[in-house]
Amino acid sequence: MGIYLAKRIGLAVLVALFVSILAFGLLRLQGNAATALAGEGASPQDIAIIVETYGLDRPLVVQYATWLGNALTGDFGTSYFFKRPVAELIVSKVGNTVTLAVLSLGIALALSIPLGVLAAVYSGSWIDRVCSLISLMGQALPSFFLALCLVMVFAIQLRMFPASGTGSWQHFVLPAVTLGYYITPPFMRLVRAGMIDALSNDYVRTARAKGLPAHRVVLKHALRNALVPVVGLVTVQLGLLIGGSVVIESIFALDGLGYLAYQSISYRDFPVLQAVVLLLSLVYVVLTLLSDIVNAWLDPRLRVS
Amino acid sequence: MTFYKLLLGTALAAMTAIPAYAQQSENSLRFAYGQTLESPDPYFTTLRLGVILGRNVWDTLVVRDLESGEYKPLLATDWTWVDDTTLDLTLREGVTFHDGSPFGADDVVYTLSYVANPENRIVSQQVAEWIESVEKTGEHSVRIHTKSPTPAALEFLSSQLVILPSDYYSGPAGATQHALPIGTGPFKYDSYSAGGDMFLARNDDYVGSEFKTAASLDRVSIRTIPDQQTQIAELLSGGLDLTMGLPKDQADQLARMPGVQVQSGETMRIVFLQINTTDDTPNPALKDIRVRQALNHAIDKAAISENLVGEGSNVINTVCFIQQFGCTDEGATVYEFNPERAKELLAEAGYADGLTVKLHAYRERHISEAIINYLGNVGVTVELNYMQPAAMRDAMRARTVELAQSAWGSYSIYDLSASTPVYYGGQPDDNNLDPELIEILEKAGSIMDPEERKALYAAALKKIADEALAIPMFTLPTFYAGAEGLQFTTSSDEILRFWEYGWE
Repeated sequence: MGIYLAKRIGLAVLVALFVSILAFGLLRLQGNAATALAGEGASPQDIAIIVETYGLDRPLVVQYATWLGNALTGDFGTSYFFKRPVAELIVSKVGNTVTLAVLSLGIALALSIPLGVLAAVYSGSWIDRVCSLISLMGQALPSFFLALCLVMVFAIQLRMFPASGTGSWQHFVLPAVTLGYYITPPFMRLVRAGMIDALSNDYVRTARAKGLPAHRVVLKHALRNALVPVVGLVTVQLGLLIGGSVVIESIFALDGLGYLAYQSISYRDFPVLQAVVLLLSLVYVVLTLLSDIVNAWLDPRLRVS
Repeated sequence: MTFYKLLLGTALAAMTAIPAYAQQSENSLRFAYGQTLESPDPYFTTLRLGVILGRNVWDTLVVRDLESGEYKPLLATDWTWVDDTTLDLTLREGVTFHDGSPFGADDVVYTLSYVANPENRIVSQQVAEWIESVEKTGEHSVRIHTKSPTPAALEFLSSQLVILPSDYYSGPAGATQHALPIGTGPFKYDSYSAGGDMFLARNDDYVGSEFKTAASLDRVSIRTIPDQQTQIAELLSGGLDLTMGLPKDQADQLARMPGVQVQSGETMRIVFLQINTTDDTPNPALKDIRVRQALNHAIDKAAISENLVGEGSNVINTVCFIQQFGCTDEGATVYEFNPERAKELLAEAGYADGLTVKLHAYRERHISEAIINYLGNVGVTVELNYMQPAAMRDAMRARTVELAQSAWGSYSIYDLSASTPVYYGGQPDDNNLDPELIEILEKAGSIMDPEERKALYAAALKKIADEALAIPMFTLPTFYAGAEGLQFTTSSDEILRFWEYGWE
């Protein structure tokens, strides 16, 4: 288990490092950051001052090595755009993103588990097909379209929730529903498949033979077993949600990490963007690592392979 | 039944939990802007929102009267040009900053010296680089020495050069120990979050002058909403009171909605095509005046202005905004829309079989497409290079563009020195480098006599038009949408004067 753990952690570190190099390189390919930062009507003097201030004329390797060296000591530098420490910016935004991710996950689970169970219990019937359709729509509808539909109905027509912004729990409802519905399908399929499998097992037949009510057989005996793989998927999806909320946060002007990333891309704010990319890749890597470790702990065959 | 009760209860709870939308009763205004403000300090942002905040939170020494174009007292009550490079100002007494500290000569000397020093790296150096030094001549009087005669000095002192307290900065690049910026303006910062929302509260101790008066609104909240659809949704759902910069089609649609009022206003931003006629122009055909005249005759700018750009847009015949000091189209050649004449001119120049040119643009793509169509009709094939602003600027400065579609706002400076010379006065974006034009424009920018300046600018504008060195198009309007009942006015400098706003 020790060797397996060391291998996985080593791989995780390499992935994070590779992602940071890739992000660094791709950002530089976008063009001259100093011209972008200087804004409209900037004179060559304005641009030269920016180049000098941020050391943008140094070789890329030197710029990357300096950044990485500082990042390892916890210093992510100062935002080119906001002129504030990057760490301070990230700390002020991360709470909103985590709240949105957890709420979205909650909504996805609240939708997918009942739909998956219903689809499995009535497998092959019209109920199965309706449940699958509801789930499929989540995947097929672009999230920005669903976001606009929700805003039309719940913000403009019914005035139940604000159309955008941050500040109260109401602000999270529409973005969380949008994001939650979008990630419902994989959970629903997993629950459905797990339930169909569980329902055909001997212990379910035995439970039924003992005369237990149908709902107890389904919910207590079968569902508990069908949910085991879902736990693994939760960790992966949580990583995706934290990293993947850029579009939704921008549409709803929700002041989180994704929105910060969007702003940083627009203004080529390299220090912020590099820190956000590194942080998100670390979150993803750590969650995947945790999932691997839990799976390996549960299933010794994985450790051997 | 229980399920329905639960659903109804949740919905009602959600509805009652929403804060009241009626801002009218709270006497506050909620404004949204599409771009993120990088700094709450107007010296360290290039955004229009920064200029708007600059005027609302701070005061300038003088204020420009929008009606007459004259400079009127604000923080300075009186001023005199001692000679061409020395300006004496008497300062107003009894003014206090938002933190309660008194305003005086030290603050003016400190602020202007700080921003004029290139080491402090304010983002637009040109607003202060003309200042040589500032000295205190009394508790309430200062003397400004300029590096050379600067005719637009009062324009800068009435626009970007806002006054901060003398201990405000702790280092270069806007470093400060103060949690919130401090000014003397009609509003003060209540809170600011980088990239997030900010709140202004009325300054109850505002002194101002008869030309800039105290605010009637209690509070103004400013949010960044990058997505225009979301801005509109917020406006329609009562979550927002004012927004600006809407595209024409959406403004037209919004104008038909109940509860929303739409205003369009001409801005100082002018659209024109710059034609690269330098010796190493990538397209030598453009050095032929007949080709340039043909391009001018080929485009129906009045039709584009009216149909695509919308109300508030006006056709221009010279490369400047008509309200700027020195801007005129008197005596300048006007090219009427005449495709037949354009074809004749092209044939005379030897391009009867057609000509291919590259057009660089970074905004208003629909205008680019219209231009391409008009030029196509006279046999000019246009290859569009639609770029990011920064990339286009790099290309312009490398002089690798042929036709450049520019939209220039003159930093809201009502003096021609902020427009035409940028593109024809030998500055980095000049793609003509005409020695005679450079000489005229430089001279006009360095003398103080108004009549002589006007004559020089008129000569330069006439030469640009007569030689068809540009294709002047039209001004751009800005569309504003506000909640019903909000009283707001707009002006060509695109500055929202929140202190003049209120609810019916």
